[in-house]
Parts: sequence; C-alpha cells; structure tokens
Amino acid sequence: MNNKTAVGFVLLVLLGLVAPYTGAYPIFLMKALCFALFACAFNLLLGFTGLLSFGHAAFFGTAGYAAAYSIKAWGFAPELGILFAVTTAALLGWAIGSLAIRRQGIYFAMITLAMAQMIYFICLQAKFTGAEDGLQGVPRGKLFGYFNLEDDIAMYYMVFANFMIGFLLIYRTVHSPFGQVLKAIRENEARALSLGYDVDKHKLLAFVISAALAGMAGATKTIVLGFETLTDVNWPQSGEVVLMTLIGGIGTMFGPVVGGFFIVTLENELADKVGSWVQVIMGAIFVICVLAFRRGIVGELTALFGRKKDVAV
Amino acid sequence: MEIFGVPIQAFLGQLLLGLVNGSFYAMLSLGLAVIFGLLNIINFSHGALYMMGAYVAFLALDLLGLGFWWSLALAPLIVGGFGIIIERLLMRWIYKLDHLYGLLLTFGLALIIEGVYRYFFGVSGQPYPVPDALRGATDLGFMILPNYRAFVVLASLIVCLGTWYVIERTRLGAYLRAGTENPQLVQAFGVNVPLMVTLTFGFGVALAAIGGVLAAPVIQINPLMGSNIIIVVFAVVVIGGMGSILGSILTGLGLGVIEGLAKVYYAEASSTVVFVIMAIVLMVRPAGLFGKEK
Repeated sequence: MNNKTAVGFVLLVLLGLVAPYTGAYPIFLMKALCFALFACAFNLLLGFTGLLSFGHAAFFGTAGYAAAYSIKAWGFAPELGILFAVTTAALLGWAIGSLAIRRQGIYFAMITLAMAQMIYFICLQAKFTGAEDGLQGVPRGKLFGYFNLEDDIAMYYMVFANFMIGFLLIYRTVHSPFGQVLKAIRENEARALSLGYDVDKHKLLAFVISAALAGMAGATKTIVLGFETLTDVNWPQSGEVVLMTLIGGIGTMFGPVVGGFFIVTLENELADKVGSWVQVIMGAIFVICVLAFRRGIVGELTALFGRKKDVAV
Repeated sequence: MEIFGVPIQAFLGQLLLGLVNGSFYAMLSLGLAVIFGLLNIINFSHGALYMMGAYVAFLALDLLGLGFWWSLALAPLIVGGFGIIIERLLMRWIYKLDHLYGLLLTFGLALIIEGVYRYFFGVSGQPYPVPDALRGATDLGFMILPNYRAFVVLASLIVCLGTWYVIERTRLGAYLRAGTENPQLVQAFGVNVPLMVTLTFGFGVALAAIGGVLAAPVIQINPLMGSNIIIVVFAVVVIGGMGSILGSILTGLGLGVIEGLAKVYYAEASSTVVFVIMAIVLMVRPAGLFGKEK
C-alpha cells in the first residue's frame, strides 16, 4: 500500500466512523454507502478486469429480493438473510458470467444486459417478488440476536462494516497475484492467454466475486430501507452503477465510492426539484464524462497531484 | 381446425403478430449492424430514435394534420438529420477510444432523449390511427388477415432487402464494405470516409425512424417504447451475429415468430423466450448463428 492510498484509507475510515454524528441524515448515508459498495463491486470488473457488465442490477436486485423474502417469510436473522442473498447473487453471477465470458467486448455488455432483462421479467412475473408492489415491510431485526437494528446508529455501523468488508476484499483481490492476472487480461487478453493463464476461469471468478459483492450491497440496502421493488433489478439501475463508476474514476480504488456518494446526493437533491429531468441530467453527465472527463473525479485528482496514472479501459 | 390444441385462427393471428414484431427487430438490428460495421459503435440510443420516429408521426398528425404516408417520408429525414447532428457533434470525438465508450455515450443520449419525451408526453400511451387505405381485413379463407399488419411485414421486408441490395450489389455499398474492412485504405483511394461515416449513421438512424412510424398504428406510442425494444434487439444481435445482413433480417423475423408462438402456448415465457434462446445459442455457437468465428 503506497502513502496516498494509506491516507485515503485512513480518511475513509475516519469519515465513515464520525459520519452519523455530523448531522447528516442517517438513511441517506446508509443508502449512499450501499451504492458505493455496489459501484466498487462493479469497478472490480470494469476497472480491474476490463469487462463492462451492463446487467449488474440483476445481482443487486435479486439479492435484495432474496434478503427481503428470507427475512420476511422465513424469519431469517439479518446476518443470515445477507448471507443467503450473497450466495444467491454469487450463483446467479456464476450462471450469467459463464454465458457472458463466451464473447468479448461489446457483446459481453449486450449479453449481460439481455440476461439482466430476463431476470427483470422473471421478477416481474414470479409470485415471491410481489410483482409491481414489491416486498414491503421487511423488519430490520437484531444483528446476531443482540444489536437492535431498528436503531439507526446501530444500523449505520452495520452498513459501514459491510461496506468496509466489501471494500477491503476488493482491495485484497486487486492487489493479489490473481488481481495482477486480471489486469493482464484487461491490458491484453491474447497475451495473458498465451502466457498460459486460464483467462476464462479468471474472468469468471472475477465476475462471481463482483456479483456476490453487488449482492451484498443490494441485500444491505433492502434491510436499511425495509422494502425491495422492481426498480433495483431494472436496466436503469445497471446504467446508474456504470455512471457512478465512470464519474468517480474507472479503475481507481476510491473513485466508485466518490461516484456513489455523488450520484445518490444528486438524486436526493434533484428528485423533488426537477422531477423527470433527473434522467436527462444523468444522461447529460454520461455524455460529458465520456467526451471530456474519462478519468473521473478521483482519476483527475490523482493526475493533478502528479502521480502518473494509467487510465483504465 | 386446431394446431396443438390452439384454434388455427388464434395461431395464425399470433404468428402474424410475431412477424410484425420480428419486422421491427429486423429493421432495428439491421441498423445497429450497419452502424457497428463502419463506426464500431453499438448505438444504445437506437431504441430512443425509433421512439422519435413514432412521435414524428404522432406530432405530424396532431399539429400539422399530416397523415401516415407523409410521416413515413418525413420521419427518416427528420430523425436521420438528428442522427447526423449527433454524429457530427458528439460521436466524432470517440472513434479512437475503446468501443465501450461508444456504448456509454449512446446510453447517455438514450437517457436524455427518453427523459425529454417523458417530460412532454408522460408515460401513458398515445393511440395513432391506421391509415385509411389499410383499414379492415382480407378474408383469405383460412384466416382473416388484418391489412395493416400484412403491410408492416411487407414494407419492412422491402426496406430490409433494399438495404441488402444497396450494400451488397451497388458501388456505394462496395465503398461501405471496404470502409468496414479498412477505412484508412479506402480514404487513401480518395473516398471521403468521414462523410461516409456520417451518412451511414444517418441511414441507420433513418431505418429506426421508419420502424417507429410503422409501429405507431399497431402499438401505443409512448416514450418508453424504445428502451423496451432495444434490449430485445441486442439479444437478437447476439443471437444472429452482426456479420451478415440477410442473417440479421432472418434472425429478427424468426425470433419475432418464436415470441408470437410463445404467446399462444405459454404466455408467461413470451417476454423471456428470446433471452433463453440467446443463452442456448451462446452455449452451442458462441459467435452467433450467422457470425464469423474469430
């Protein structure tokens, strides 16, 4: 870990620990942390493996449903609900991932998008999802039978702990020998293959990890808000996580966190002021980022502070 | 008479409806393939531009009193022109980048276009009348054929096959195919490649707009119609592969028919059947039915 990353880590942990006492609205903080984790999981694929999944909402949303259903219908404790949801998301990631890695580049994006749309239609029609109404009134319950999550502060620290677990896991993955191979695949897939690496197996594992962590984000968000709806499995959600990563900085460790907070804040601020123009603004941010701001906020900052930065993808 | 327990009238009716939907899939996937060939961009905004085509028809009738046939001529020009502006202003800058940025840029455009239409028209559907000349139905003896639906299938076949002819059999098409293979070389021969790129994009967009006008009388026009269809069209493109024009047309029509038949026999599966087929094709023949194995 170099100095700048270490400073970033310390800042992140400190900010995370004191955040609920700064007067910020706790539900907003928790939601933003969940989306930040979602974006980090997505970035593991796009930024560090060079795979653009346009269907990550499938994992986020399916895990949300799995958590909501297991807690509400089967009376699972929150930690078990999340575990069940993460497993579901990982299995789904394995299934969709094995199909998607059969094609490269642009086709990979289209396949993940199409498969996610299929999951959306299944959620729309299945009985256990509550269709248009979604699953409402999911109790937060008690973590490990002890911490009462109905208390927003307790809930916040659980969300923050989940976020840090996910974040550190991604950090560890990226900086492991496995992560180095992923980078090699991103830079030059043919060469990685010719060096004897089983490219497909690496890609698939990265996909499963990313799906599982996206699932953890989705399940945590469901427990925080107490409901799960079709919005989370639909394609605009997949687009949103791309935007969070893009604006924060593709292939940077902290970029998706910044991007997640940025977009959630923006939506919070704009929702009641401009109504349906939110979508237009999001679209405009997409266009501007692609045309003029491809390194994202964190990417630009690191470039500004002089360290040479290889821009991902 | 029944086919597998379904009255033949219902069976043929859904088959025709499937062909109608398939016609739209074919036209949209053809446009995507033509654009991808030369620009190396998968145009996510293709669905939004198809939706714009339908709204040109709606607005032309509502504001100017211009009927269906006028719209069929106007929509490709207006929306195609809009496409050309987009290409000149925005896409020009990202050709040298990774393909993925093209997808992201056009995704952003799709959000903008859809958002603006949602603001002005809400999300409820607008009806559009079937043109007078094509009202009613013809009794073929074994089925009642709604004239307009037959016209849609026929019109889109003519448009698609016309496109195939231009690309595969004319001099202009030869430039286009050469440009797809090696743009630098074609430019060295004195062909204005940037202009060709612009016009190709405009043409692909015009195809989407024609699709939108044709769709207007059979579906409810609404701002979301584009994003609903584009994801299915992506699956169609993955299934067919973008290598062959006739392949795109066949895959589009074929999947429309399969979707229609799914509605007859197992309605719950009709919205997912295309994706299931995509998964199977990926397992058996990853390059797509008509794609070239790399």
